[in-house]
Amino acid sequence: MERIYLDHAATSPMHPKVIERMLEVMRSVPGNPSSIHSFGREARRELDLAREVMAKSIGAKVNEIIFTSGGTEADNMALFGVAENYQQFGKHVITTAVEHHAVLHACQKLEQLGFEVTYLPVDETGRISVSDLEAALRDDTILVSVMYGNNEVGTLQPIKEIGELLKNHQAKFHTDAVQAYGIENMDVDECFIDLLSVSAHKINGPKGTGFLYVRSDVKLAPRLFGGEQERKRRAGTENVASIAGFHEAVVIANKERDEKREKFINFKKMMVQRLQELSVEFAINGSLENSLPHILNLSFPGTNVEAMLVNLDLGGIAVSSGSACTAGSIEPSHVLVAMFGKESERLTNSIRLSFGFSTTAEEIIKTAEETAKVVSRLKK
Amino acid sequence: MEQKDPKNTRVVVGMSGGVDSSVAALLLKQQGYDVIGIFMKNWDDTDDNGVCTATEDYNDVIRVCNQIGIPYYAVNFEKQYWDKVFTYFLEEYKAGRTPNPDVMCNKEIKFKAFLEHAMSLGADYLATGHYARVVYRDGEYKMLRGIDENKDQTYFLNQLTQEQLSKVMFPIGHLEKAKVREIAKQANLATAGKKDSTGICFIGERNFKEFLSQYLPAQPGNMETFEGEIKGRHEGLMYHTIGQRHGLGIGGAGEPWFAIGKDLKRNVLYVGQGFHNEKLYSDAIIATNVSWVSNRPKPTEFDCTAKFRYRQEDHKVTVRLLEGERCQVFFHEPIRAVTPGQSAVFYNGEECLGGGTIDEVYKNGERLTYVG
Repeated sequence: MERIYLDHAATSPMHPKVIERMLEVMRSVPGNPSSIHSFGREARRELDLAREVMAKSIGAKVNEIIFTSGGTEADNMALFGVAENYQQFGKHVITTAVEHHAVLHACQKLEQLGFEVTYLPVDETGRISVSDLEAALRDDTILVSVMYGNNEVGTLQPIKEIGELLKNHQAKFHTDAVQAYGIENMDVDECFIDLLSVSAHKINGPKGTGFLYVRSDVKLAPRLFGGEQERKRRAGTENVASIAGFHEAVVIANKERDEKREKFINFKKMMVQRLQELSVEFAINGSLENSLPHILNLSFPGTNVEAMLVNLDLGGIAVSSGSACTAGSIEPSHVLVAMFGKESERLTNSIRLSFGFSTTAEEIIKTAEETAKVVSRLKK
Repeated sequence: MEQKDPKNTRVVVGMSGGVDSSVAALLLKQQGYDVIGIFMKNWDDTDDNGVCTATEDYNDVIRVCNQIGIPYYAVNFEKQYWDKVFTYFLEEYKAGRTPNPDVMCNKEIKFKAFLEHAMSLGADYLATGHYARVVYRDGEYKMLRGIDENKDQTYFLNQLTQEQLSKVMFPIGHLEKAKVREIAKQANLATAGKKDSTGICFIGERNFKEFLSQYLPAQPGNMETFEGEIKGRHEGLMYHTIGQRHGLGIGGAGEPWFAIGKDLKRNVLYVGQGFHNEKLYSDAIIATNVSWVSNRPKPTEFDCTAKFRYRQEDHKVTVRLLEGERCQVFFHEPIRAVTPGQSAVFYNGEECLGGGTIDEVYKNGERLTYVG
């Protein structure tokens, strides 16, 4: 059976060039970047080259990039690192109801530690309103964390407006850009971003690698202690091969961004059009306009997500519910709850499709047709 | 009954993470079926440390399915379980009865909601690791006891109908438990050495009293003899079931003491001495929600055997059908501790005929109101 992978937002396959680059580094760069000898210097060079490319990709300086084990660590490092060092200026944090759990669960932990957290609501498209944020801002607010683009429904947040609102406020501005990085053009100065989280495996890089951008004037408390790596903010020998692979992935993402955006936006249109032609009843969760090009979240009234996912999987099509699983079963998505309320049927009948470099138009058409079949079977 | 080629026959196996359903899946796979393992999550018992029995069990399902080489999924029926099984369970305790949630779970969840889910995945059959057998004989489906008399689970499956049995497989019903373990061991399945689950599934290994007290307020009251002598205090009527010796704490001379009945209005637990206390014996019942495996018309009165508790020996009875899915059951000999809320399940030799819920208990034509 030919399989179709439409779950690139969960993780994306590594680009062949990334694999090649990593193999090369694993074979020929055995040193520890902190060592003073030639082996060390060669490894250090890999890190520096990667750091430069990553900094440049978001308009940052090289000393503002901290390599991490991925998006979750970057988010945790940002939230706890700022909270610890700025608590003398206040203990209020603002975030949104639709953040990734890496931010939401960290915020819950901050609440246990005595911080007060405001969770901003979203409208039916999943967007917060800047006036809500303005109303929630207080003199003792030290951190605002709003994701760049949502991982489940793709909705983009008004990052630039938020940055402008916060530029004259003491609160540091963190954005979880894990799902948006690579596909969206971003500039930390233009948007007044203080901290920004990125993961490699969402952009065809290796799993277990990411970075946190930290503006040079932000004092971040470290979470890991030990060596002097990452200017003492993240101890531990760097994952050199993965970082080199990440570097390669960023280069490719930068080069192919415009082409990919166009392609993915087109895929969304094709999917919607084919479903309409097949008379399938559905609704889009989020919007087609203000959205990450590679994420499409659809609700199919009269179906249920568990049966949809299994049926599609048995037909060789990998999509997801976009939300967390407990004991393998699907919990209602907190993002859809925030958008449509606890009682909405969309909580139990929505699936997420996400595209990547390997996705083809034929796969989109085939998926639309298989989806139509499954929907009509489930509605009987 | 037409038989499809196994490789074109999709079977969903309800996998609990235990050894029985693991072996059920393995045997079907070896027979060449298109097997899918599905774990049902019916209850969330996540503790303060984030540990959840369901997660541990699902991890075992994953390991076994990967060993066997079949796809696995999970499905969540927490809401249906709460509405259909747990609510009933609490209501019965409130009414002073001793419910049987496993019978209700099989009727409403496993062989209804879960069966529908399996069918929605294009399955031809749903298989489980129950110790029971289904055969197609004389133009209808029959449910037979599991070969392992000690493990036979037809008692819990008594509400199954033709419609359900036509889509059900019990791949280990023809095996002894020891053989099932041996097969698991030989195949080196991850669950081969796993302990059998005991007790009610959602309570698991926890303390029953503690669990129930989270949902029903316990009202302590007196323990009395039928003569009105106060013998001590009980912590709540719901913690006691008829015929039990356990947990009364009445000492003194003579034979041990047993729970014999309840007076809900006065919140009194009746106690009496002796395992064979005559007040514990009854000779007839009325059962409700009676369901028969066969759709064929029955004589209004017939003889068969019956069980009134799980693992009880069979008793000879005469069944007289009544209107409204009810029946009277007359025991040929008095039976000890027949308890309202439990199931009465009927057999003809190895065949399970069906069953119902024990609703009213009688002796010498008089209703024993004190048993509930």
